[in-house]
Amino acid sequence: MAKKKFVVGCFDDEAVLFPAVKKVRTSGYKIHDVYTPFAVHGLDHALGLRETSLHTAGFIYGITGTTTALSCISWIFTRDWPLNIGGKPHFALPAWVPIMFELTVLFAAVGMVLTFCYLCQLAPFVKKHHFHPRATDDLFVMVIECTDKTNTDDLKAFLTSNGAVETDVQVAEDGWWLGRYDKDEMPFENKEIVAA
Amino acid sequence: MASIKTQFEIPGKMKTWSYALIGVGLVALIAGLVIKGFSSDEHEQTIFWGTLMYNTIFWTLVCNASMFFICVTTLAMGGWQQSFRRIPEAISTMVPIFGAITFAVLIYVVVGHKHHIYHWLDSEAVANDPILKGKAGFLNPVFFIVWTTLTIGLWSILGWRMRQISSEADEAPMDAEKGASYIWRNTIRAALFTVWFALTVGSTIPWLWMMSIDAHWYSTMYSWYTFASSFVSGMSLVALWVIYLKNKGYLELTSQEHLHDIGKFMFAFSIFWTYLWFSQYMLIWYANIPEETVYFKHRVQGPYKGIFFLNLIINFLCPLLILMKRSAKRNYTLVTFMAVLIIFGHWIDFYQMIMGSLSKEHVTLGWLDFGILSLFVGMMILGVGKALTKKPLVPKYHPFLKESVIHQV
Repeated sequence: MAKKKFVVGCFDDEAVLFPAVKKVRTSGYKIHDVYTPFAVHGLDHALGLRETSLHTAGFIYGITGTTTALSCISWIFTRDWPLNIGGKPHFALPAWVPIMFELTVLFAAVGMVLTFCYLCQLAPFVKKHHFHPRATDDLFVMVIECTDKTNTDDLKAFLTSNGAVETDVQVAEDGWWLGRYDKDEMPFENKEIVAA
Repeated sequence: MASIKTQFEIPGKMKTWSYALIGVGLVALIAGLVIKGFSSDEHEQTIFWGTLMYNTIFWTLVCNASMFFICVTTLAMGGWQQSFRRIPEAISTMVPIFGAITFAVLIYVVVGHKHHIYHWLDSEAVANDPILKGKAGFLNPVFFIVWTTLTIGLWSILGWRMRQISSEADEAPMDAEKGASYIWRNTIRAALFTVWFALTVGSTIPWLWMMSIDAHWYSTMYSWYTFASSFVSGMSLVALWVIYLKNKGYLELTSQEHLHDIGKFMFAFSIFWTYLWFSQYMLIWYANIPEETVYFKHRVQGPYKGIFFLNLIINFLCPLLILMKRSAKRNYTLVTFMAVLIIFGHWIDFYQMIMGSLSKEHVTLGWLDFGILSLFVGMMILGVGKALTKKPLVPKYHPFLKESVIHQV
């Protein structure tokens, strides 16, 4: 997987972060992501992220669940093994609604969790590169993707002038299975990557 | 905030429309009274009073749902509703008026000994009926009148006290200490209303006013079902007023974000209503005990079949499929359409709940029903419009107002 260079700027205040995001974007830099300790309202708009399609996927999983339940039960109770239960008709729709509902919820929930993990590139035994450990504590960490032409020193100075309290340059894998355990790249050997 | 229009003025068109609706309604009411109310046929009289009952009860509960909305959001320390809270407040001013009309109708039915409506009024029948005898402690005229008086009286008084304290947010800026004590006093008053609401709408009142029409039958879901019905229509009514005022250029602090949350309430409580509808139906369908199925017999297999399933389509399928998408809840036109549809759907629901028990052989939905509906819609528009002019539309010194302004979904 291709390695990319990132310039990382850390901010300690939401109120400083927002104008900085705006300035960085208008200056033509590509923001890879902003890592925050908590969900910041409006940051997705400021970053210009498109709306997630996770809920559309959820809807599709949901109706798949409903259809699965309905087709399975109706086949079992009307074709495969019809039973007389309390004198009810074989096609006893009201009795099936709870099961249809449960399978709808189950399919939607499990499907959306898996899709979410896929979209976020999360899986068991996958190691993610942390740009700054304090992103889970009290720092807003803005990560900017560099191109061949990016002057990292200029960019670091630019971030500092916009209120960044800490800046550095890091190299990390970008894309699917970002930073996974590779045979040739064990985590304890990763030190030079962070330092670079 | 000087540029924001906070003083509502009733447009001439709204006045004309509401007077026209009230006029049509009054004509229908008088015609109904002459043709059906004074008819020598007991059944016609029952239909007339039943029509008045479900309309009065429906509109009182719907307007009361607005006050419930204010109280629960206050208890939950909600901030987002502040920018439009004067609208549910104005809607809740209709509770004393519609409550008084409901009271008059119900008292007439009980004192006038309309035992074709409330079978338990017939003391001879009760004496020979072990089931009704067992319920006599609850279903008797004295308890009915006392509890109805208490209910409507306390809804009006506790609601009035909530609106009273809301006006304090118009007077002067509050510092942290004053704001905290203001919120605390709000919490106390909201809690009182909510507790009384739970004891009435959440349990006893639907049993007493509506379920006791089928005096032998009972369902433990019934009160929650009625509450869900009235609350989802109440939220739809709030949505309609918010959109109307936005269209007229008021409520600049209220945006799509707030509409989105109101839309969520409409969506979620439509599902909640369906959950109760289904739970009530399925248990009775499954057990198939004659004492219980008597309620559904003429509704599912009899003349009310069409209305019964139309009810489910309007109140479940439409909100589920149309309001599910985020963009739909943020679309003013779509929310307006759905709000009208939901209010109509739950009005039909109340129709089949009461008239389905009073007129089992024939569906009587006709000019009288729509006439009385127009009377209540007209009164509601005029009353809420007038109440809106009496207070600024924005509680500008409310401690949580800023939370509402920056609200984002």
